[in-house]
Amino acid sequence: MSATGDLDVRVPIGALFSLLGVMLTVYGYLEPASSGPAFTKGGQINMWWGLVMLVFGVLMLLVARPAREKVAR
Amino acid sequence: MAPGLTPVGLRWIDYSIIGIYFAFVLGIGWQLRRAMRTSTDFFLSGRSLPAWITGLAFLSANLGAQEVIGMGASGAKYGISTSHFYWIGAVPAMLFVGLFMMPFYYGSKARSVPEYLRLRFDEKTRAFNAVSFAVMTVFSSGVSMYAMGALMHLLLGWSFNVSVLISAAIVLTYILLGGLTSAIYNEVLQFFLIVFGFAPLVIVGLNEVGGWNGLKAKLSALAVAQGHPSGAYTHAWQGLDSPTHNLIGVEWFGLVMGLGFVLSFGYWCTDFLVVQRAMAADSMDSARRTPLIAAVPKMVFPFLVILPGMIALVIGGSGIIPAKTAPGGGPLLDAAGKIVLDYDLATPSMLMHLFPNGMLGLGLAALLASFMSGMAGNITAFNTVWTYDLYQTYVKKDADDAHYLWIGRVATVVGIALAIAAAYVAAAFNNIMELLQLVFAFVNAPLFATFFLGMFWRRTTGHGAFWGLLSGTLAAAVHHGLTLPAGAVAGVKGGYFGVVQTFRSEMGQTFWTAIFAWTTCFVVTIIVSMLTRPRPDEELVGLVYALTPRPPSTARAFWEKPAFLGVITLVLLLILNLIFR
Repeated sequence: MSATGDLDVRVPIGALFSLLGVMLTVYGYLEPASSGPAFTKGGQINMWWGLVMLVFGVLMLLVARPAREKVAR
Repeated sequence: MAPGLTPVGLRWIDYSIIGIYFAFVLGIGWQLRRAMRTSTDFFLSGRSLPAWITGLAFLSANLGAQEVIGMGASGAKYGISTSHFYWIGAVPAMLFVGLFMMPFYYGSKARSVPEYLRLRFDEKTRAFNAVSFAVMTVFSSGVSMYAMGALMHLLLGWSFNVSVLISAAIVLTYILLGGLTSAIYNEVLQFFLIVFGFAPLVIVGLNEVGGWNGLKAKLSALAVAQGHPSGAYTHAWQGLDSPTHNLIGVEWFGLVMGLGFVLSFGYWCTDFLVVQRAMAADSMDSARRTPLIAAVPKMVFPFLVILPGMIALVIGGSGIIPAKTAPGGGPLLDAAGKIVLDYDLATPSMLMHLFPNGMLGLGLAALLASFMSGMAGNITAFNTVWTYDLYQTYVKKDADDAHYLWIGRVATVVGIALAIAAAYVAAAFNNIMELLQLVFAFVNAPLFATFFLGMFWRRTTGHGAFWGLLSGTLAAAVHHGLTLPAGAVAGVKGGYFGVVQTFRSEMGQTFWTAIFAWTTCFVVTIIVSMLTRPRPDEELVGLVYALTPRPPSTARAFWEKPAFLGVITLVLLLILNLIFR
């Protein structure tokens, strides 16, 4: 075992961003924002940015997977 | 205040996002708890990390909360010219340390920057650097902890004590568990969080002011109304012919030499806080690529951290930066009767006004992330220098490795305790902190001259290095003591030996003090070196440029070669400067 304990940092990053992404998207869909400038009202920003974060998180998890399989083999 | 821009309070969604972020940060430390078996694991990540990870950590460790908030504040004060702190004031030095200096840091197998000084010069030079560095890291994390606690109290009404103690406890836990690896992994996570937390702030903000062109038009109108040239906020190079023609109050020579050469190279090329990240890389190539990889995002970071400040200045017509409060209540007025804005609140105010609940939690988590990455950077550098350069050298020389690993953990706890103490000192006696930061600036200013001569001139001696550093530090104090920025009174701002020269701005004074210190150190080091006996060449192999074989690059593809990365980065830097000239 090395000083990284076989932990691929892309896994926690991917998981965190996917989780936060889902939370923001759902929250933005259910709860339209009532304050802030027009552009952020209606929960739009929560929803769209949540989706962006989700995509990034899933991508991180996807690139981490082949690396893990290589180690396992 | 403009209508429609009232701040929102926190709701459960915001607290959940912040809480989940904390859980992940601690979880990374927990996952790594069994991986820290030797002191090399704990202090240098076993030299096992790939370049992209150390590269992002290199960037993130420097990106403390003070940086994020300070750059937003400077954006509101100086406009796009603030980018100089990133472009000319960081990127060239990052390329230099990667291409030319890393072979000696990494190749000499030194475990810290002070240890390199020991190998190249002598014990006293190492001691001078190690002691000043250790004290500095503790105080700077204390100061940023104070700033964070005060900000959270002001924005959200959180208790100062609770904010300081909780964030310190989290950083302490993850470093204790997973050492440098934990700090670096979290810095990578924090890097992405900062990007994803601040990018939407810029997007929403720009949308609100009518895009870059709208922002430019509004800032031009503001500049003209204030009596400046219309491009004052939106051009980085215009008006740099004279200190009176630009908002920073410096001329191009002071900026390029003072910031771009002395201060920037002094920090990025010699500060163990950042160099430690590169030392943790898995190979010489990765170590050299570390600062080069960091340089690319560094170049575009101005858009992330400076633009919010610029937008805050004009959004909604009159901006959303609150005024400073006068001692007797009400807004603080300057000598001319104009309201003094509290620029440090520019970026936080943008978060509070532009984000709805949800995004607000994300933005605050990003702010907390920047704070934690900066603090962890300081603490991991502190525990290493303390253990290897001070404890192992002066207290207990020949203990087994497990002992030093244990001492490193103790140093982590003590370092954070001292930083907390420093935060409370900062809260109670602001002047003491200002004075200390001044002293640190004097110590840092001449550093690059010592390293540069040490690495590239084999004749440099230990005595030369030591006396050069000392005289450079003194020269900084003397220059600062004989000059004063316009409008300031003699004291902590300078002029304590009498005023020989007045600068247009404090920035101009800082840059010229640095130039003065560097030149003195450079000249004194050469003179003393010529008068003292040099070390034989065979002792300097691997430590000096002329006596070290060029590191063979193991890069497979040409685009992985450090030199190629360096050239590409320089071209991009040039293009950015041309666009925003």
